[in-house]
Amino acid sequence: MSTEALRIALVGNPNCGKTALFNLLTGSHQKVANYAGVTVERKEGRVHAPSGRQFHLLDLPGTYSFDATSPDEMITRDVCQGRYPGEAAPDLIVCVADATNLRLHLRFVLEVARLGRPVVLALNMMDAARRHGIKIDVEALSQRLGMPVVQTIAVRRGGAAALVAHLDDYAPAEAPQVDVDPGADIHAQVRELLAATVQMPAKRLRLDDVIDRWALHPVIGLGILAALMFLIFQAVFSWAEPIMDSIGAGVAWAGHWTTQALPAGSALRSLINDGIFAGLGTVLTFLPQILILFLFILVLEESGYLPRAAFLLDRMMFKAGLTGRAFIPLLSSFACAIPGIMATRSISDPRDRLTTILVAPLMTCSARLPVYTLLIAAFIPRRDVWGIFNLQGIVLFVLYFAGILSALAVAFVMKRLRRDKSEHALLMELPAYRLPNPRDVLYGLWLRVKIFMKRVGGIILTLTVLLWFLSSFPGPPAGATGPAIDYSLAGRIGHWLHYVFAPIGFNWQISVALIPGMAAREVAVSALGTVYALSGTDDVVASHLGPMIAHQWSLATALSLLAWYVFAPQCMSTLAVIRRETNSWRNVVIAAGYLFALAYVASLLTFQIARLFT
Amino acid sequence: MVQQVQDAHPEDAIARRLRDLGFVPGETVRLVARGPFGGDPLLVQVGFTRFALRRNEAQRVSVEQEAAA
Repeated sequence: MSTEALRIALVGNPNCGKTALFNLLTGSHQKVANYAGVTVERKEGRVHAPSGRQFHLLDLPGTYSFDATSPDEMITRDVCQGRYPGEAAPDLIVCVADATNLRLHLRFVLEVARLGRPVVLALNMMDAARRHGIKIDVEALSQRLGMPVVQTIAVRRGGAAALVAHLDDYAPAEAPQVDVDPGADIHAQVRELLAATVQMPAKRLRLDDVIDRWALHPVIGLGILAALMFLIFQAVFSWAEPIMDSIGAGVAWAGHWTTQALPAGSALRSLINDGIFAGLGTVLTFLPQILILFLFILVLEESGYLPRAAFLLDRMMFKAGLTGRAFIPLLSSFACAIPGIMATRSISDPRDRLTTILVAPLMTCSARLPVYTLLIAAFIPRRDVWGIFNLQGIVLFVLYFAGILSALAVAFVMKRLRRDKSEHALLMELPAYRLPNPRDVLYGLWLRVKIFMKRVGGIILTLTVLLWFLSSFPGPPAGATGPAIDYSLAGRIGHWLHYVFAPIGFNWQISVALIPGMAAREVAVSALGTVYALSGTDDVVASHLGPMIAHQWSLATALSLLAWYVFAPQCMSTLAVIRRETNSWRNVVIAAGYLFALAYVASLLTFQIARLFT
Repeated sequence: MVQQVQDAHPEDAIARRLRDLGFVPGETVRLVARGPFGGDPLLVQVGFTRFALRRNEAQRVSVEQEAAA
């Protein structure tokens, strides 16, 4: 026993700061945000106490009760009761409670106490409690609960010192001294505890109430939400441009500088110039836009505004047959559908969960941003609309909106198809507002940079080089007149595919680019960069792809490709996660099938209609 | 003031969860806001926590008016 590290589990109500505490204790960087249901898995880490003692720490999804109603809550219940497959019950449970919200959280503390296992109560957010004038008699609380109580501030460095010290001194022999009568009414006990140990401040108008009066106002609240979304899309375009231009210029310069020593017309020069710089460089220029989008997402996540937005839009989701709980997973899908689909674990009804998983890929993920902005910048004029809006930003907004509306429509159809009469519960907690911590936001952005660079250096680089080979070999026969790529493998595949895609306005270059784009959406941009670099005579590099396609494609083609990207399931990883989370290939086939069908129909309509007007 | 939470049907998980969240007889609840479309959902404060409830969930909770404080 002494050689084995003590196994400790963090449990508590949703959004009480378990994961923030976990990060502080283990030095890890799990995702935290200000809404219920961020953590949907069990996560493990190690704690090193000052004495050199080590602990094995387990972070669990938050739950209001062991009477679990959703997959994430079941994980917590099973781990605490020692029923989780392949894992014994934890040696010690650290029950985390939000000190500003003890009325709700103490109930669960008592439920945990009834397990009869060693428990420590960590009163988190003590700083906020003090600010609100809440006075807690920790001694008395500890005595009445029959368990040790420590105070923590998980968002502050050193805020868990008391907990670490307690763990350091902890002896496994300590028997649980919890004195609770299992038959008693748990709510009555909570009230009694509160009355004896906690002093609430006199009622006053809290800042949150003032903000909520505006943010949740039927008219003004919706106006604020719309303005906020608009601001984000405007910012993606106008703030990013100067940085994008300099990245484009930098890539062009680097491409020129690295290849000037190589003999003109050599295969290596072509690989570096047309393959790597034209392909990867094009994707790289979109990093600033992705970061600006994430800056907004991170700030909104931390602030506690997101559940308010869910509150405002719930009626629409209800009409479409989605549970209100679907809002957060769908919103995460704007970053990437993969965490979005994972977040559906907080949805209790399995059919609701499946519907949400199937529509999540319709939310515009950040990987689509390079494709959208490349086309918008090339084809949509930078014109002011009503003096304040930029037409490019409006088009981007429309594309995002098209994704949302179609997700609602698809959910509605699915509900009709299965003649669903079940109830869709909302039951969502609205957290207190919080000022985002700049350090956390910066760290979140840095994480995004790393993820993006890893993709560029990994899958995008691999596919781009592969595509370069397919587009360069076999070489043209002697006496050929057209560009070499026409005779290559990729050129031929593109020309075959062209028959399928001609009705929706794609030329063969786009058709070729769509194939590697299946693996990851951004690859389509790098692939276009490579294909065009090889079909042209000049050295086309990053910054030139936009003007080049603006010159060669019709507006109808560009719009059709945009429509394609709203729907097409161009992402293997998403399909793999659907498979994992639903444990069925059938659902993968349904998702991919309906998305491709929608994409083709939408592009066909867009192309044919746009052709009539242009 | 909450009078009671009724089960809409046997084994009503939503009613059970409502009780777990603190909607129990004798507790004071306050309607904070209504949703913009058709007054749905409702934002209800119980203790220090605010919950968004759709109307059909809120219907399970029968309340009695208290004198305005």
